[in-house]
Amino acid sequence: MKIVSIEDAIANINDGATVMIGGFFACGTPDPLIDALIEKGVKDLTIICDDTDTPTTSIGKLIANDQVKKVITSHIGRNPLSGQKMQDGTMEVELCPQGTLAERIRSGGAGLGGVLTPTGVGTEVAKGKQVLNIDGKDYLLEKPLRADFALIGATIADEKGNLYFAATTRNFNTIMATAADIVIASTELIVPIGGIQPEHVAVPYIFVDYLVGGGK
Amino acid sequence: MTPKEKIARRVACDLHDGDVVNLGIGLPTMVADYVPDGVDITLQSENGILGLGPLASKDIANKHLVNSGGQCVTVLPGASYFDSAFSFVIIRGGHVDMTVLGALQVDSHGNLASHIVPGKMVSGMGGAMDLVAGSKKVIVAMTHTAKDGSPKILDNIVFPTTAIHAVDKIVTELAVIEVTDNGLVLKEIAEGVSLDEVISKTKAPLKVAKDLKTF
Repeated sequence: MKIVSIEDAIANINDGATVMIGGFFACGTPDPLIDALIEKGVKDLTIICDDTDTPTTSIGKLIANDQVKKVITSHIGRNPLSGQKMQDGTMEVELCPQGTLAERIRSGGAGLGGVLTPTGVGTEVAKGKQVLNIDGKDYLLEKPLRADFALIGATIADEKGNLYFAATTRNFNTIMATAADIVIASTELIVPIGGIQPEHVAVPYIFVDYLVGGGK
Repeated sequence: MTPKEKIARRVACDLHDGDVVNLGIGLPTMVADYVPDGVDITLQSENGILGLGPLASKDIANKHLVNSGGQCVTVLPGASYFDSAFSFVIIRGGHVDMTVLGALQVDSHGNLASHIVPGKMVSGMGGAMDLVAGSKKVIVAMTHTAKDGSPKILDNIVFPTTAIHAVDKIVTELAVIEVTDNGLVLKEIAEGVSLDEVISKTKAPLKVAKDLKTF
């Protein structure tokens, strides 16, 4: 784990990368990292995220700036641009039920071959997916998701890289930190090792590759 | 009382003491304003809260604490936070007693359409598909017809399916309708509303309960 500048943290995110971005609307999103990606101007990104927020906030800004080729997400209702780009074919949108998205990411990070969920049976979500009947009930086989990079929005980190999340900022952040090759966390505050009680650590440092923020 | 307030008040009558409840964005959220006296419920928010409280006023709003609609909220004493995977363990795992959500269309088989108007609006399903798959009871709270007057209660939904055989009850400003294995049953009718009006605005076969009540 290295504490680095924002520029160094995203230096290896290039055109065509697959990037998980934590947060729920604009809560717990790693906004400094998103802004840096906009400044860098990388294109053709595949973004995996809960939602695409609005055209002028967090993940929505990447979409407004035409940097996203495909998005795998549960909700685009706040961002008319996402719907528009989906309809005119300039951005691919894979809609995934929110709980299924969480489990696909979790299984990607947990070494599982996917999950069996009743969610989406009999709907367009089931299209092209295997249906397994387990003890009389139908389930969809949903495959795991992994990414090249995960961008995590933490509240406090210690110098080792342990992460603490205030209130509802955990959302997709904790599971995404397990499911990418390179994990970059931005944090509001960096404290010395021991500054976060072990029981308050939601993501242990072994998952974090780069840490930015906290004035460093 | 507005039609939406009337719907919210009627849905709240179905709450039981001790229920864990998830309220969707918009009209369903208003149900929390009408919880009957003596009934203590726990609100779940799919972004990671048990024990959701009222919206936060500007002076106490905390950007780290939002509900599933992204609004700044408060929590009640005894609340807890968790990540999205755990939140859907609660939702999909059958630990939510009742889900109240809006809909674009509902049909005689309890099928639900709530996330796409073809060619017009794509919002995505968010947590709705998981909520209706996992909750013990699913109530649709919506106006009886769309803004242009077109029917929303149909024999078969036309818009893309959000869930099949998922809805237990439909509450509108005109009626309370139960979804049964034998189709839709009109259980209650709003005060001052005629049976003819309900039937004419419902494009699905409607059985009228013998003990039809008013609300």
